[in-house]
Amino acid sequence: MSTSSNRPLSPHLFIYKPQLTSIMSIAHRITGVLLSMGSAVLAIWLISAALGGSSFEAVHGVVSAWYGLVLMFGWSFALFYHLCNGIRHLFWDAGMGLDIETAYLSGYITAAAAALLTVVAWVVAIF
Amino acid sequence: MSIQSPLARARGLGSAKDGVGHWWAQRVSAVALVPLTFWFVFSIAAQAGSGGDAMIVWIASPVSAVLLVLYMAAVFYHSQLGLQVVVEDYVHHEGLKLFTLLALQFANILLAAGAIFSVLYIALGGGR
Repeated sequence: MSTSSNRPLSPHLFIYKPQLTSIMSIAHRITGVLLSMGSAVLAIWLISAALGGSSFEAVHGVVSAWYGLVLMFGWSFALFYHLCNGIRHLFWDAGMGLDIETAYLSGYITAAAAALLTVVAWVVAIF
Repeated sequence: MSIQSPLARARGLGSAKDGVGHWWAQRVSAVALVPLTFWFVFSIAAQAGSGGDAMIVWIASPVSAVLLVLYMAAVFYHSQLGLQVVVEDYVHHEGLKLFTLLALQFANILLAAGAIFSVLYIALGGGR
């Protein structure tokens, strides 16, 4: 087809200098995949709560052990990152903030908001 | 300039064959997940360390139970839509792609059904 040569190509990632915007873009996808795994753990936690007894204690034990808490901390940051960056995407979908300057500004705001929300959630959890 | 080919524009559906249905569903579930996620994370954080029995009581309360059911439905729907796109982007072998998409869809529906039934079971007093 004659028009096919005019269509845009994906950037060649390995010769492409990393930028805030591209790193945040792939991080959105990576956190999304990780959160799917976290959601599976959440479902298993609820199922074990319904089963009760030793299965709930086993899952609760893993979640409250040090490695469980480390995973939960990572999960909470991934969740807030994906949430904030998702809102950034929704603005883009509405046609807002697509120029480079605003995209960088919203990128910094997103990263800061995700970090702040993670800290606030853990302050609430610990105190 | 449109980035669609003339044939795609004539059919109006794009390469996924279902138009913007998938794209729109992902946005709708995303919007639903914004308040639900804030509610869920801060509810869990507020009672961290209060023990398993307190968690059961929390799950069983009507407001938590309804919101948890909605949250689990939105989470696994959004998760399925997102993982589907990731597989479509990176898995190029047709057979493997079909198998992975089927496995993911079944897994997400199974997890959603398990989570939602468990919430209802606890809320309606099962096992007590």
